[in-house]
Amino acid sequence: METFLQQLINGVTLGSIYGLIAIGYTMVFGIIGMVNFAHGDVFMVSTFIALIAFLALTTLLGIPSIFLALLLVMIIAMVMTSVWSWAIERIAYRPLRGSFRLAPLISAIGMSIFLMNFVQVAQGPRNKPLPPMLNEVIYLMGEPGAANAVTIAWRQIIIIAATAILLAIFWYVVQKTSLGRAQRAVEQDRKMAALLGVDVDRTVSITFVIGAMLAAVAGTLYLLQYGVVRFDDGFIPGVKAFTAAVLGGIGSIPGAVLGGLLIGLIEVMWAAYVSSDYKNVAAFSVLVVVLIFMPSGLLGRPEVEKV
Amino acid sequence: MAPAAAPSRLQQALRDAAFAGLVTAALSFPMLAIRVESDMNNRLVLEERWPLMFAAIAFIASARFLASMLDDWRARAGAVAGVWSMLLGAGLAWFTTGAQAALAPWFLGGGALLLAAALLLFRASPQEAEPASGAAPAAASAGRFVTLAGFVALGVVVAYPLVLLGWLGPQGSLKWINNYGVQILIYVMLGWGLNIVVGLAGLLDLGYVAFYAVGAYAYALLATTFGLSFWICLPLAGILAAFWGILLGFPVLRLRGDYLALVTLAFGEIITIVLTNWVELTNGESGISSIPRVTFFGIPFTAAPDGFAATFGIAFSPIHRTIFLFYLILVLALITNVVTIRLRRLPIGRAWEALREDEIACRSLGVNTTNTKLTAFALGAMFGGLAGAFFAVRQGFINPNSFTFMESATILAIVVLGGMGSQLGVALAAVVMIGGTEILRELDFLKAVFGADFDPSQYRMLIFGFAMVAMMVWKPRGLISTREPSIFLKERRAVAGALVKEGRG
Amino acid sequence: MSRWLTDPILAVEHLSMRFGGLVAVNDVSFCVGRGDITALIGPNGAGKTTVFNCITGFYKPTQGRLAFAREGRADAAEVRALTNTGKRHARLPSGDIYLLERMPDHEIAAKARVARTFQNIRLFGGMTALENLVVAQHNALMRASGWSLLGLIGAPSWRRAEASAIEKARAWLARIGLEERADDPAAALPYGDQRRLEIARAMCSEPALLCLDEPAAGLNPRESAQLGDLLRLIRDEHATSILIIEHDMSVVMKISDHVVVLDYGALISDGTPDFVRNDPHVIAAYLGVSDAAEAEQVVAEISGEARP
Ligand SMILES: Nc1ncnc2c1ncn2[C@@H]1O[C@H](COP(=O)(O)OP(=O)(O)OP(=O)(O)O)[C@@H](O)[C@H]1O
Ligand SMILES: [Mg+2]
Repeated sequence: METFLQQLINGVTLGSIYGLIAIGYTMVFGIIGMVNFAHGDVFMVSTFIALIAFLALTTLLGIPSIFLALLLVMIIAMVMTSVWSWAIERIAYRPLRGSFRLAPLISAIGMSIFLMNFVQVAQGPRNKPLPPMLNEVIYLMGEPGAANAVTIAWRQIIIIAATAILLAIFWYVVQKTSLGRAQRAVEQDRKMAALLGVDVDRTVSITFVIGAMLAAVAGTLYLLQYGVVRFDDGFIPGVKAFTAAVLGGIGSIPGAVLGGLLIGLIEVMWAAYVSSDYKNVAAFSVLVVVLIFMPSGLLGRPEVEKV
Repeated sequence: MAPAAAPSRLQQALRDAAFAGLVTAALSFPMLAIRVESDMNNRLVLEERWPLMFAAIAFIASARFLASMLDDWRARAGAVAGVWSMLLGAGLAWFTTGAQAALAPWFLGGGALLLAAALLLFRASPQEAEPASGAAPAAASAGRFVTLAGFVALGVVVAYPLVLLGWLGPQGSLKWINNYGVQILIYVMLGWGLNIVVGLAGLLDLGYVAFYAVGAYAYALLATTFGLSFWICLPLAGILAAFWGILLGFPVLRLRGDYLALVTLAFGEIITIVLTNWVELTNGESGISSIPRVTFFGIPFTAAPDGFAATFGIAFSPIHRTIFLFYLILVLALITNVVTIRLRRLPIGRAWEALREDEIACRSLGVNTTNTKLTAFALGAMFGGLAGAFFAVRQGFINPNSFTFMESATILAIVVLGGMGSQLGVALAAVVMIGGTEILRELDFLKAVFGADFDPSQYRMLIFGFAMVAMMVWKPRGLISTREPSIFLKERRAVAGALVKEGRG
Repeated sequence: MSRWLTDPILAVEHLSMRFGGLVAVNDVSFCVGRGDITALIGPNGAGKTTVFNCITGFYKPTQGRLAFAREGRADAAEVRALTNTGKRHARLPSGDIYLLERMPDHEIAAKARVARTFQNIRLFGGMTALENLVVAQHNALMRASGWSLLGLIGAPSWRRAEASAIEKARAWLARIGLEERADDPAAALPYGDQRRLEIARAMCSEPALLCLDEPAAGLNPRESAQLGDLLRLIRDEHATSILIIEHDMSVVMKISDHVVVLDYGALISDGTPDFVRNDPHVIAAYLGVSDAAEAEQVVAEISGEARP
C-alpha cells in the first residue's frame, strides 16, 4: 500500500510532464493533421535552454532564491523555445502544407534528426548533470528513515502545481479567446476559415508556439526533476507523450492531460511491480493496444467513415 | 502594416535579411553562443562562444538577403556560395594565424569571383516558367527514359567493383566497394522492400527495421546455435520475417494513416527493447559475435589451403569476400526489384495500387483489402528479413544498436524521396542519401580550414537531417514522381505525380 | 401483379439504420425486381445513400433483412429457413440466396455480385481508365494468375486470362466512348466521362445487381441522355438488374420500371413511375409540407396559378 501511494505520487509527477508535452502533439495534429515528429526534440532543446539559463542565473548573476531562479528560467525557456518551434514550422512544415501527406512527416523526422545532432554538436554528447535541487521531502506517511514511508519532494509539489496553473491559463486562452475560435475554425475547414478571414498561417504558427511553450515548461520541470539532460533525451519522452495524446484521444486537450497522467502512472507502476528493464515496452504496448482497440482514445470523437 | 508606398526591392531584401538575422540570433543565443561544459570538479560551467553566434547570423542573413534580391535560382546559389566563401575567408583572416590564415585570400578571392560570375551570368535571365503540375505530355516520354536509365545504371553497378579493383588495386578499392557499393546496395534493397508497403500499397510503416532485425537475428542465432549454413538460413530468415509481418500486420492493418505509422513505430521499438533485454537469447547490448562469414557456396574466403584463393589459384586477399558480398547483395536487390516489377503487373500489384488510391472503391469491387494489405506487408517484411540476414553475414557481429528507429526513418526517407512507387527513384535516393552521408566521412581536408580539432564526422547526421528537410521542401513528391501504368492499350504514358494518391493507411 | 413482387432479386425487409440518436432509415421494406431498373428517390437527407451502404455492406444495418437471390427464385420459406440457420448463404436448386446484412462488403461484391458507384465519384484517379476496369476484374484474375504464382512465371493460361480481361475492358471503354482515352489517368478525365467510367468499372465485375448513386448528378442534358441510353443498354444486354438513386425526375421517369420513395428515412411510396408521380405523399414530401391533404391543396394552387 505504501509503495503504491509512493508510486502514485511519482507517477503523477512524471505524468504531468508527459501531459504538457502531449498537448503540443494533440494541438498540432488537431489543426493541421500532422504528427509533429520533432516536438520531442523541441522539448529536448527546451531542457538545454533551461539548463543554460539556470546556470547563467545562479552562477553568473548569482540569484539567491531558487524559486525566483526557476520562475525566470521557465519564462526564458518558454520564450526561446517558442522561437525554435516557430522557425521549424516556418521552414520545414509551412512550405509543405496541403501537399503530399508523407512529405511533412518525413520533413518532421528530418527536423528531429537535425535538432538532435545540432544540440550534440553545439553542446557536446555527454550527460549534463546538475546537483539535485529541492530535495527536502515532506513525510505523508511513516517516520523519516522508515522503509515504508511515503514522501513527496518539494520539487514534485512544484511540478504538479506548475502544471496545474499553466494548464488553467492555457485552457482559458484556448476556450475563451478569439485565438481559440480561430484554431477550431481552421481545424474544421482550413479553406473555409481562410475565406472567412481567419489568418490560417498565423493561427497555425501560434499553435506551434503554444505547444512549444508548454513543452518548455515540461522541459524546465524535467530538468528540475531529473537534473540530467542529454541531446537524445527528446525521442523517448516524445513518443510517450504522443502515446499519451493518442490514449486521451488525439485532438482533445483534456485528453492529452489525462493520457499523460495515465502513461506516467502506467510507466511508474510497471517499473515498480513488473520490470524496470521493460518499462518502455509498457508505454509502447499501451500505444498499440489503444490504437487497435479504441482508435479514438478516451476523450476523442470517434471518426466515422462516410462512404 | 499598410505601407503607403511599396518598399523597393532593396528595402524589402534588407528587411528580410534583418528579420532572418534576428531570428538566427534568437535561435543561436543560448544554444550556440553558450556551451555547458563540466569542469575539473565535474561541476557545470558556461563557456562563451560569441563569434560562433555572429558567424551564424552573418551566414543566414546574407543568404536571406541574396535570396530576396535575386530571382534566378542559379544566381541565388552562386551568390550565396560566393558570399559565404568570402565570409569564411574573412573569419579565417581575423581569427586564425599560420597555415589557416594563409588560406583566407583564396576564400576571399574565390568567393568574389563566384559572386561576380553568378550575378553576371544569371542576373538578367527571366524567371523560369513553372512546369504545369498535371502536365501529362511532359511525362509522356519519361517512361521509356526511366527504363533505359535503369539498364544503364545496372550496367554501371555490375562493372563497378571490377573497374575499381583494376584501377585502385585490392587495397585501395576495398573501401569504395564496401562502404559505397555494399552499403548503398543494402539500402537499395531495403528501400525496394519498403516501397512495396509504402509506395505501392500506401501503408505507412515506420517500424520496417523490425523485420531487418528479425532477419539478422534469425541468421545469427540459427547459424551460431545450430550451425546451419548461410544458404539455408537465408530463405529461413526471409520466411521468418514474413511470418512476423503477418503476425504484426493482422491486428494493425485496419488502422489508417498516421495511426498505422505509430503502431509500426511502436512495434519497431518494442523489438529493439526486447533484443536488448532478452539477454539469454540475444546476449543483449553485447550482441552476437563470431557469426559465420559468408562462403563461396561452401568454400570459405580464407588463406587456408581449402580457401577460395587457393582453390582458384589466386593470391589471397580480403577483397574477394567483399566483391562476393557486393554481387550477393546486388543479386538479392535485383530479385526484390524483379519480383516487385512483375507483381505490379499482376492483379495483386494492381490491387495494392488501387488500395493506395481508394480503399473503399476497392472493397466495392470485391477486393479483400485485409488480405491484399497483408501480402504487401508480408512481402515487404520478407525482403527486409533477407537484407537482415545479409547484414549479419557481412558484419559477422550484430547488436540492437544497428536496428534503431533511425534506420526505419532512413529507409522511409529513401522511399519517399525516391518518389513513392518508383523503383529507379528509390535506388537513386539510396545512392544520394547513403552515398552522401558516406562522403561526409571523407571531409578530413576541412581540418586544414577549421583547425586540427575540428571533427567533420560529427556533422554527418546533422547534414543528413537537414538534407531530408531540404529535399522534401524542394521535391515533396520525390525525385521521380510519375507513375508507370501497369498495362496499356495503345501507348504507355506515365501518369503525372500530382494525380497519384499517397494512400491513407 | 408487378414483377418486383413476383420475382425479386433483392428483398429489403424492415431495414433500419441508426447513427447514435439519428434514425437515418426507419423500418423500410421494398423489393427490387429482377431485370428491372428500380429508382430510389427522395429529398436530400432522406436516407437513400444509407440504404445503399447497407445493401453493399459498408454499414451494418441496425435491424432488418436483405435477402438477395442472385439467380432463380427464392421463396419466403427458404429465406426464413436460411435466416434461422445463422448462415450467410444457401445454395438452392433454383439458385443462390445471400443474406447481405451478414456479409462483409467485399464479399457482397465478390460472391453475391452486387456492384455500386458512389455519390462522390471514387475512381482510382492515378491509374489509367484501362487499369480501373482491370482492377474491377480482380477476383477472377487472381484465380487465373494462380494467386500470383502462375503470373510470376508467366504461364500461358495466365496470359490468355489477362488478354481477355484487357479485351473486356476495351469493349467497355468503347461502349462508353472512352477507348481513345484508355491510357489516360482517370483523374484527368472530364466529370461526365468519370461518371460513365465508374459505371463501366462496376459492370466489369459482372454484377447481378448494379447500384448507382446519383449517376446523373452534375451532368449536362446531353450527357444525361447518354447515361439513360447506357443504363437501358445494360438492362437489355446483360443479366444485370439496376437500382438507381436519382434526383433528376426526367431521367427517373423515362428509364425506370419501378420507383421507391423515401422521406425522413421512411418509405412513403412504392410503385410504377406513373403511380408515384401522382401520389400526394410524394408531392407533399417534395414540396416540404407535412400532410397529403395540404399537399393537394398546394398542388391545386400551383396549377391554378400556372394556368392564367
Ligand atoms: N456515417 C454516418 N454517421 C452519421 N450520420 C450519417 C452517416 N451517414 C449518413 N448519416 C445521416 O443519415 C441521414 C441520411 O443520409 P443519406 O446520405 O443517406 O441521405 P441521402 O438520401 O443520400 O441524401 P442526398 O440526396 O443528399 O444524398 C443524414 O441525416 C445523414 O447526415
Ligand atoms: Mg446520398
